[in-house]
Amino acid sequence: MVEDSMCGIVGLFLKDKSLEPKLGAMLADMLSRMGDRGPDSAGFAVYGEANAAAAKITVQSAQPRDDFPGLADKLSTAIGAPADIRIKDTHAVLGVPADKLQDARDALVEISPRLRVMGVGEAIEIYKEVGYPTEVSRRFDLQHMTGTHGIGHTRMATESAVTTLGAHPFSTGPDECLVHNGSLSNHNNIRRDLVRDGMRFETENDTEVAAAYLTWRMNQGLNLGEALEKSLDDLDGFYTFVVGTKDGFGVLRDPIACKPAVLAETDQYVAFGSEYRALVNLPGIENARVWEPEPATVYFWEH
Amino acid sequence: MPTVDLAETSLREFNQTLHGLREGTNETEWIVLNPKGQHAVAVGIDAPIRVEIKGSVGYYCAGMNKLATVVVDGSAGPGVAENMMSGTVVVKGDASQYAGATGRGGLLVIEGNASSRCGISMKGIDIVVRGNIGHMSAFMAQSGNLVVLGDAGDALGDSIYEARLFVRGAVKSLGADCIEKEMRPEHVALLEELLEKAGIDGVEPAEFKRYGSARKLYNFNIDNADAY
Repeated sequence: MVEDSMCGIVGLFLKDKSLEPKLGAMLADMLSRMGDRGPDSAGFAVYGEANAAAAKITVQSAQPRDDFPGLADKLSTAIGAPADIRIKDTHAVLGVPADKLQDARDALVEISPRLRVMGVGEAIEIYKEVGYPTEVSRRFDLQHMTGTHGIGHTRMATESAVTTLGAHPFSTGPDECLVHNGSLSNHNNIRRDLVRDGMRFETENDTEVAAAYLTWRMNQGLNLGEALEKSLDDLDGFYTFVVGTKDGFGVLRDPIACKPAVLAETDQYVAFGSEYRALVNLPGIENARVWEPEPATVYFWEH
Repeated sequence: MPTVDLAETSLREFNQTLHGLREGTNETEWIVLNPKGQHAVAVGIDAPIRVEIKGSVGYYCAGMNKLATVVVDGSAGPGVAENMMSGTVVVKGDASQYAGATGRGGLLVIEGNASSRCGISMKGIDIVVRGNIGHMSAFMAQSGNLVVLGDAGDALGDSIYEARLFVRGAVKSLGADCIEKEMRPEHVALLEELLEKAGIDGVEPAEFKRYGSARKLYNFNIDNADAY
């Protein structure tokens, strides 16, 4: 169980393609400005160029020097198809043909039980680690990542251990991720219902339940905006959620709306910050429409 | 007229300088550049000076203000003018949660919208909001006046004591023990004075409704004893 009483959230959804090469640099600056809200650990998801033929699997290992060398070859042999690997510190992004994704996930469990899958999809890559946020984004070279949108989180854990798996974002479906500032009070009940419906959980974390709930709703055919509307009825507690899908970006605050949130929009982007401070270096922020998202109101953008 | 650039001067140094000023100082007009959403800008002033902040600020700007006029030429984060004692604080843009919370005196003017819990537990401050206010505003408000030219969110004035609330637009819902009250001549006069002090014209006191305490929560009602 987790109550993240402080925490910082940032999110950036680009409308202007010319900014895509700078997505990582912009997100890294935003994340660093929220460092003091969450100095324990940090994480981010970046949506790069989507390739429908290939699936990306982001894995994490506590012993990357033992697990990563030769991993692509082992995986390739196991699935009988080509596999490639890009190693970034404790994380690696594996590429496999899209139709071999499930085989690859099964094979990874056999290859090393230490490997943790952070996220899978056509576009998403997820990195999270214990440490001060600027240090975490430096380790994974967020500065030089490119993409269409991204979400970051800085965590101040108050009730559970500071671990890599407890860090956000949480990803429970292909190209989906969620970060959360707050605490859910009915996550155990919701988790039980979702497990009964076949959803699988990696942690006891309340945020993973919120992510899985949205995945479950979207599996029923709802889009992200509709799934967020439903969560207002079913999720109880304090939350500000920022959610990403392959081409969508959503924001939702609970009806009490204690957890801070600021949105900014220009012709070039939509940006979210726990505070305005996170947004101050974005291009054209002086003339952006800046507002505090209303409680119990779904905000949703799609490419 | 001293100009302080917060991109160069540390916030702590700037606030310390302000704290050193007393009545009679010659440095009465201050300009602050590049606040960039920093917290606690111009907190705890105790001198009749004017500080104009060019840009948006973070948490607790102008908190505990005494005598000074602080103008935010931008928007303000949570807790602007929290526990203000006297003086004037003007926010040209919007204000986040709990603007003017626990304020004991002075005038807070918000030219844009204020978010939830505006004037929570206010104790004598006057707050004038040109736009709308969010839910749970004036919760447990004890004294002072809250004037809203736009609409109010849910649960306005929940568990209110003796503060006066004047709302020109719609009230989404009233909180426990908060009721609409008659606008008597003294309230019209008071509202006229507050609007003038806030520099608002073209708005008539007759356009407002007054809300306040039904005073039903002041004493324990013996009929409720079984509920405990």
